[in-house]
Amino acid sequence: MKPRQQRMLAVGLTVAGIAIAALLTLQAFKENMMFFVEISEVEKGNYPDDRNFRVGGLVVEGSVQRAPGDLTVAFDLTDLTSKLTVNYAGILPDLFREGQGIVAHGRLNDSGTFIADEVLAKHDENYMPPEVADSLAKAAAAQEAISKQDEK
Amino acid sequence: MWKFFHKLASPPHFYQFAGKVVPWFAFTAIACIGYGGYAGLFVAPADYQQGDAFRIIYVHVPAAYLSMMGYSIMAISAGIGLIWRIKLSHAVTAAAAPLGAWFTFLALATGSIWGKPMWGTWWEWGDPRLTSELLLLFLYIGYMALRASIDDIAKADKASAVLALVGAVNVPIIHYSVEWWSSLHQGPTLVREGGPGMVSDMLYPLLAMILGFTFLFGALLLGRVRTEVLFRERRAKWVREMLLDDGGTT
Repeated sequence: MKPRQQRMLAVGLTVAGIAIAALLTLQAFKENMMFFVEISEVEKGNYPDDRNFRVGGLVVEGSVQRAPGDLTVAFDLTDLTSKLTVNYAGILPDLFREGQGIVAHGRLNDSGTFIADEVLAKHDENYMPPEVADSLAKAAAAQEAISKQDEK
Repeated sequence: MWKFFHKLASPPHFYQFAGKVVPWFAFTAIACIGYGGYAGLFVAPADYQQGDAFRIIYVHVPAAYLSMMGYSIMAISAGIGLIWRIKLSHAVTAAAAPLGAWFTFLALATGSIWGKPMWGTWWEWGDPRLTSELLLLFLYIGYMALRASIDDIAKADKASAVLALVGAVNVPIIHYSVEWWSSLHQGPTLVREGGPGMVSDMLYPLLAMILGFTFLFGALLLGRVRTEVLFRERRAKWVREMLLDDGGTT
């Protein structure tokens, strides 16, 4: 083998070796790399009970209850299969609204309610003006009405 | 084709060639960023969720893209430098590092400014996208620190090239972090199945900004490589002749 080919092999093996090492490490720490726990995983008991953790899900439509006079708020989170009630006292981000994806940090109490000390809002990867969003929502509603009629 | 590359790898030819190219790159960058900046701020409609706050995307996305592109350029030129022993290649790696670090800083800073009003936080430790991008900044800084600690240029080239190669594993991790793991950061908008998730009035200014930032990076990089080449070849005959020539005419 020529020296240049030897160097090529050395560089190639180094990069491949590092990539495999990184892949194995990330695979081993997969659980810890997750920023938040899904609601259905919480229901199954797959969450750390000795420390605070984050849950992520969608705010259930019509579930937000604000206490009059202070910042206390209660709402349900869902991942479309399971539900979890969250209590929080503090300032909510601007994007917090019903149907929005949010991430809450805190822990479960004994009655299975999530006591949050921080609530963050996620936003999706779609960008459009309000008019387009409106017409998309209308189109989706019309589609739903049609499919419901078909079912009947 | 090969002849062109062989010629380009020789420092005097590269110095001349890059000197001619830089103004064109700079001009294209100004034109694209001028259009993209204006259209992004004044023509593109406000977002249905984020209102006008989404407009920081016109700096954030190009900066983040170039932070990863900069490191990819470094890793490739480091590999070429190690395998083919091309000095110019090492000069490119060395010149790209501070630029990449600044674009990474810009991506982190604009992301943080965007995160506060939208997500409700400046920074979240443990978020895979945020953490891997911060790691990229540390890799750039580590590369520069390693170079600075070795006086002999040839030795510094070799040692830092290995670091540049090893760190390259982080680039795909940043890109796929939002798909592999749950994250506060949303998924990709531009490169995804089903086409970009943006209306064209918002999309075209963003593409113009990405193109403009890329040419800006190119112009700055070529300019920095020229300086690097000049320093490394300061005792070479062609530099002396060029400077004497220039001194005679101006």
